[in-house]
Amino acid sequence: MQDIALPLIGGMIIGLATSIMLAFNGKITGISGIISQSLEMPKAKNYWRYMFLAGLLAGGTFMLYFSPQYFFYSLNFSLYEAIAAGLFVGVGAVLGSGCTSGHGVCGLARLSGRSFAATLIFMGMAIVTVFIRGLL
Amino acid sequence: MSLFVSFISGAIFSVGLVISGMINPNKVIGFLNIFEQWDYSLALVMGGAVAFNLIAFKLIKRIQTPLLGEKFHWPTKNDIDRKLIFGAGLFGIGWGIIGICPGPGVVNLLLFDHKVIAFILSMLFAMASYKFIAKKLE
Repeated sequence: MQDIALPLIGGMIIGLATSIMLAFNGKITGISGIISQSLEMPKAKNYWRYMFLAGLLAGGTFMLYFSPQYFFYSLNFSLYEAIAAGLFVGVGAVLGSGCTSGHGVCGLARLSGRSFAATLIFMGMAIVTVFIRGLL
Repeated sequence: MSLFVSFISGAIFSVGLVISGMINPNKVIGFLNIFEQWDYSLALVMGGAVAFNLIAFKLIKRIQTPLLGEKFHWPTKNDIDRKLIFGAGLFGIGWGIIGICPGPGVVNLLLFDHKVIAFILSMLFAMASYKFIAKKLE
């Protein structure tokens, strides 16, 4: 029960967060875009991005304090895998105009053809990557 | 006020990420690893989020302007071009290597682990480099 309820509820909370952003600020919550656009000299039009990222950290801190059990897992990968992953995710998200939040959570709900395609492709490639990694 | 809403949106987003278990890369890999003990959590997370938004976005689209902003910033591109395909492909590979994508990556910084920091720095470097090169090539 727990392992169905928590993911489902967590997902809906994620949806709620993106809906709040859309309803009030009129913006799609694509985290890779929020991050990549923040990589310029600090300017007023990016303040909302910095605030979102600060919120991500604040919410995480809140959960870490009150429900630390959610953070009890090990990171089963090497430093080199982390660096490689970062490079691929970084280029891929900017080139592909989005990631799991932008294309997945928001794009699919908007019934965007681009997002359907992007989601299918990155899901597929991720599955293949995990499979290959398992063979190595 | 809208800055405050951005902050709240980020906070609620990360609460959702944590509760859903998606900050745990093992659960993400468990989902992507379809050939072994399949962890269906991610499907429920994405399902819950998209189902919620299917209804919420539809309701939101009824209003002409956002509650605090001047206009809706809808994505402008509509075609499935090569950049989208290659970008999604590369993103998928990166995601599959350690099971971390940007949002969970940021929240995982709270672990103060050098590998997470390396992931984020490497991601930022790649984003900045690509943007810089893309601009130069224009």
